[in-house]
Amino acid sequence: MKNTEIISQLPYSEPFLFVDEVLSVSEESISGTYTFHKDAFFYKGHFKNNPLTPGVILTECMAQIGLVCLGIYFLDKENSSANPTFALSSTEIDFYLPVFPGEKVTVLSEKKYFRFNKLKCEVKMLNAENEMVAKGTICGMINFKSGE
Amino acid sequence: MTSEEIFSLLEPIIKTYLPEDVSAKEINRDSDLTRELNINSAHLVDIILDIEDVFNIEFKNDDMESLRNVNDAILLIQQKISA
Repeated sequence: MKNTEIISQLPYSEPFLFVDEVLSVSEESISGTYTFHKDAFFYKGHFKNNPLTPGVILTECMAQIGLVCLGIYFLDKENSSANPTFALSSTEIDFYLPVFPGEKVTVLSEKKYFRFNKLKCEVKMLNAENEMVAKGTICGMINFKSGE
Repeated sequence: MTSEEIFSLLEPIIKTYLPEDVSAKEINRDSDLTRELNINSAHLVDIILDIEDVFNIEFKNDDMESLRNVNDAILLIQQKISA
């Protein structure tokens, strides 16, 4: 599966797609990037006259690259034809640095386990200077519509 | 290991993942894990992984299908310990 095919299978679109490219992907890990558009909708209100990327959006970006892209890769490996749906089940993230409008971030995710449709990963976000922006653990469930 | 011994080890595992509105007193042999104890699918996986560690056994995907209530879990654990 090509890296661009992973992105085309993502269940998101603007203004809630937070993946630009998948750099590398394997059975154990994935990395990808995203550049926060200067005119993204949330900067209008977060904060008043002081635009800063919300932590929930950073978390979403980490989950879209670190879990959902990786999950799509795993399902393709398993030749799963069923239509998957993704659900975030838990997050525990520490934030270290602000991300300003227009900044490019890199997300690195390492699989802890993928069992019984639950994917647990250790996920990091780095800025363009390779400084740690955020780090933590994210879990999600991959469900199949046909089985529900 | 008797089913009572298994239950005594299983109960604290389940208790960890109970939602706030469900009392630990509601955990009994017939409790349906998802419908009665209100454990979500992600926490059901946590329970399975904790069971694997505590009892040193391994669950397969098929095992999940026969796992509905506490008794099902006890039977599965017994089968796997003696296997």
